[in-house]
Amino acid sequence: MTQIETELQRLKKEVINMWALVHSQLVKAKTAMLNFDKDLAREVVLKERRVNGYELKIDCDCEDIFALLSPVAVDLRFVLAVLKINTNLERIGDIAEGIAKYILSIDEPFQQELLSTTHIVEMYEASVNILEDTLSAFENEDTILARSIFKKDEFLDEINLRSHKLIEAYLKNHPEDLDHALYALSIIRKLERVGDQSKNIAEEIIFYIEAKVLKHKSHH
Amino acid sequence: MESTVIKTVDYNAYFGDNRVVKDVNISIPKNHVIAVMGPSGCGKTTFLRGINRMHELIPHAKADGKIFLHNEDVMQMHPIFVRLKIGMVFQRPNPFPNLSIYDNVIAGYKLNGIKLQRADKDKIVEEALTKVALWNEVKDSLRKKGTFLSGGQQQRLCIARAVAMLPEVLLFDEPTSALDPISTSTVEELFHELKKNYTLIIVTHNMQQAARVSDRTAFFYMGELVEYDDIKKMFTNPKDNRTQNYITGRFS
Repeated sequence: MTQIETELQRLKKEVINMWALVHSQLVKAKTAMLNFDKDLAREVVLKERRVNGYELKIDCDCEDIFALLSPVAVDLRFVLAVLKINTNLERIGDIAEGIAKYILSIDEPFQQELLSTTHIVEMYEASVNILEDTLSAFENEDTILARSIFKKDEFLDEINLRSHKLIEAYLKNHPEDLDHALYALSIIRKLERVGDQSKNIAEEIIFYIEAKVLKHKSHH
Repeated sequence: MESTVIKTVDYNAYFGDNRVVKDVNISIPKNHVIAVMGPSGCGKTTFLRGINRMHELIPHAKADGKIFLHNEDVMQMHPIFVRLKIGMVFQRPNPFPNLSIYDNVIAGYKLNGIKLQRADKDKIVEEALTKVALWNEVKDSLRKKGTFLSGGQQQRLCIARAVAMLPEVLLFDEPTSALDPISTSTVEELFHELKKNYTLIIVTHNMQQAARVSDRTAFFYMGELVEYDDIKKMFTNPKDNRTQNYITGRFS
């Protein structure tokens, strides 16, 4: 294996490790939300520093590869893609932290009715699935799976679009639950951003494997 | 629309029965820098030497197919005339050791028996040395031997010697491989200047040099022209796997 291949393999492993951490952060924030587990939420907030650490390390590694190994062709596209994927993953990490902070801010668990009316749990599961799919597409260089993410993101967009009306309806019946309803709405908005970030990641995966730029293009 | 200076059609070159350049078809546009790269033994230097018919100077070497300089068939032209129009610079600086800087520049005229007035010679020498950015460095020592200069300066003197014959195309065979990084960068800068007046074809082993200086790159492998494209495309998204493997260093 050439030196650049070794370095790129190492970089790929590093990104996959970061991905696993971000995934676990998102899942833990969900568990914290469903079980009203403030300890777990606190853990997510603390571990956000590790996500940031990964981001800085990967940025540095990419810089070194550019400076020392002059990557070209697919190698160049890979490092460029990793730089952007890194930023997107870090933002998903921020989202998990944000959700965990909401859990720390509330005094009681969410009402079951609020969760079911807003489809927040389904949406959460879909977000986690999308993140898992992007990781699998990245690990296996699977552009078919990467392309399927655009469709899945639309599901999150739909729930997000409907959420305003759903929360409004819920509040008519439960005006006393305003605080929680607003938190639920904020979580929905954040989960919608997980879809957007995953879509960006999928675009980068396709760019580096197929050299096709999909950014700012319709995916239909 | 850019005009084509050199065009080859099914060009083959042989050493004895061994075909080392295979059916090469390429069009080289005017005022462009073309880098030719590929692993050792891929036929790139043989191809370059074929363009100004130097290949056939080697015993048992032959070539077929067509090479056009504009619309004229190079194979049908007198080889000396071809080499006046298509100059060549080699890997190691090779100024004539017994000639002065001045005489080195006009050596092509002398060797071809072309008589010139003193004033014309002076003009040619100054123009050629200016074009290769050497004039200011040597204008006060034109009578010194060419070998008195540094390696990088000698190489620029050799380029001036080629330029003095007012060629249309300049061929370079690994022109900086014997030079230090500073001289290399001076010569590379020169390519950008030279392409305003000439068309340059450069064989190079240095991929980063190809990336820095050329507009288009031709990749040769086992005598075949595998890929010929815009330099940016070649280095970001080459079409052929062999090109990708070569430029990313994964060549077996």
